Amino acid sequence: MNLTEATVLDALSGVRDPELDEPITDLKFVADLRVAEDVVDVRLRLPTSFCAPNFAYLMAADAREAVLSLPGVRHARVILDDHHASSEINTGVNEERGFEATFPGETEGESLDELRNIFRRKSFVARQEKLCRTLLAAGYSAAELAETRLGEVPASEAKEKYLSRREELGLDVSAEAPLVVDPEGNQISKDAVVEHLRFARITRVSIEGNAGMCRGLLATRYGITDPEEVTP
Amino acid sequence: MYEKDGEKYFVVDGHIHYWDASPENQQNVHGKQFIDCFYGYHTALSPEEYLWPQDKFEKYSEEDMMHDLFEVGYVDVAIFLPTYLKDFYVNGFNTTEQNAVLKEKYPDRFILNGRFDPRDGEPGLEKFEQLVDSYDLKGVKLYTAEWSGQSKGWSLKDEWAKRYLEKCQELGVKNIHVHKGPTITPLNRDAFDVADVDDAASEFPGLNFIVEHVGLPRLEDFCWIAVQEPNVYGGLAVAMPFIYSRPRYFAKILGELLYWLDEDRLTFASDYAIWHPKWLVEMFVDFQIPEDMQGEYGTLTPDMKRKILGLNAARLYGIEVPSEIPQPEPVGPAGEPTYPEAPLQ
Repeated sequence: MNLTEATVLDALSGVRDPELDEPITDLKFVADLRVAEDVVDVRLRLPTSFCAPNFAYLMAADAREAVLSLPGVRHARVILDDHHASSEINTGVNEERGFEATFPGETEGESLDELRNIFRRKSFVARQEKLCRTLLAAGYSAAELAETRLGEVPASEAKEKYLSRREELGLDVSAEAPLVVDPEGNQISKDAVVEHLRFARITRVSIEGNAGMCRGLLATRYGITDPEEVTP
Repeated sequence: MYEKDGEKYFVVDGHIHYWDASPENQQNVHGKQFIDCFYGYHTALSPEEYLWPQDKFEKYSEEDMMHDLFEVGYVDVAIFLPTYLKDFYVNGFNTTEQNAVLKEKYPDRFILNGRFDPRDGEPGLEKFEQLVDSYDLKGVKLYTAEWSGQSKGWSLKDEWAKRYLEKCQELGVKNIHVHKGPTITPLNRDAFDVADVDDAASEFPGLNFIVEHVGLPRLEDFCWIAVQEPNVYGGLAVAMPFIYSRPRYFAKILGELLYWLDEDRLTFASDYAIWHPKWLVEMFVDFQIPEDMQGEYGTLTPDMKRKILGLNAARLYGIEVPSEIPQPEPVGPAGEPTYPEAPLQ
């Protein structure tokens, strides 16, 4: 298969901002892309110089890995522009040093996997709430949701997204498994489901709001149009 | 003071700055990056007619500030939250001493606040006591992401942070404004995590913890803590300007906050000079939860707005409110919610 920009972009669309739970391509974090035979150069950009360095590193490293996983790519270089820690991150990611070695003395204990996991759990909760909202709007009561099994939920994009994250967390995705569970996979009881969904709702509101904020800041920073901007 | 449709509002701006981020004061590239980041917030979320050129934004005059806040911005009293950033700016970004000059000139207009940095240890503790004594401070602003030499930040759980909070308690510094930032070490953890506020608020029930920016970008974690700790408040700086560019999102944030906390623990703020209080106050008083969201989030009343715009902060700082302003009773502690699970941390 011929290596094209479109193929590379498609691979990059599988990389998500761990905090915002959206593809870096949708967020317009991919600033530029060059393919020269089997060598790929990717430039990334973020909404501010002070975006959290841990998430910045994760996205850059994930982007490089996604590109390298394409058949026909021999060399991939990912450069993060305009960040307060650009030089550390770029060296660390392209030399595969790992986060701890990139910021020696500034990390402690667990690797970035734990951080990634926290945000996977948050997005799991948010995706679950999004799916449950559609069901509530379709006439289910909250108590009914607590007793619903995955196999009974009609197919939808929201369901698919929820299941994929649920699977990533290693939770049961079989048709008999309960729909509403916490991030450990424990079923939420009928009495607790309303409060559970309320907390899930604020988690979703928070993630969506942050994504909106980041889009706005990126648009301002790089002079691109922000399609979400709504002025009264 | 602001008046609309026969309703009067006393306005306390809970978060303002008088900074110097001019190129002459920038110590290194991070000083530039920091003010550029602020300018990004300013331009992304302000109405066009309120946009400033970058050089004015980097350093504005006393006249600008007095005019914007008090002559046209409806603010009655404004609260200084200093941010020192001495590793980024030669003379600091916005220090208590710089703010004190204005406090001295306009004593009834400003509340002066201090700061501490637990990394300053024992010598810092003494200096902090002197700072509190010389300005009779009632509050501090803590920016836990402040760089200091090799260190990129600190936590309220640190042993020395507790020593400083004990000192606050002893000196009657009751209002602890906490602001999180992106680079707090250890870098492999979530820098915006507000869990340390939870610990501190339980350990120091006599102090008020005002979480700036209502914990954004961790609104959910902030709310989780605030329901459990009655001495935790939400400062609305950064959340407020969404009222213009993303009004439906603003309605959601406010709706969530009113549900999880209540109308007595939220304080209005412009974060001047990032945003101008005039449009924020005008739009907030005009604001209502959109009709299709009222089933989920209810509606806003003038009394709720009065509390958020000024009465809550006035209560925290003992600011006298003119008798012509109605002073509704607090709604009392919210019912004990039952949750099926621990927060996601």
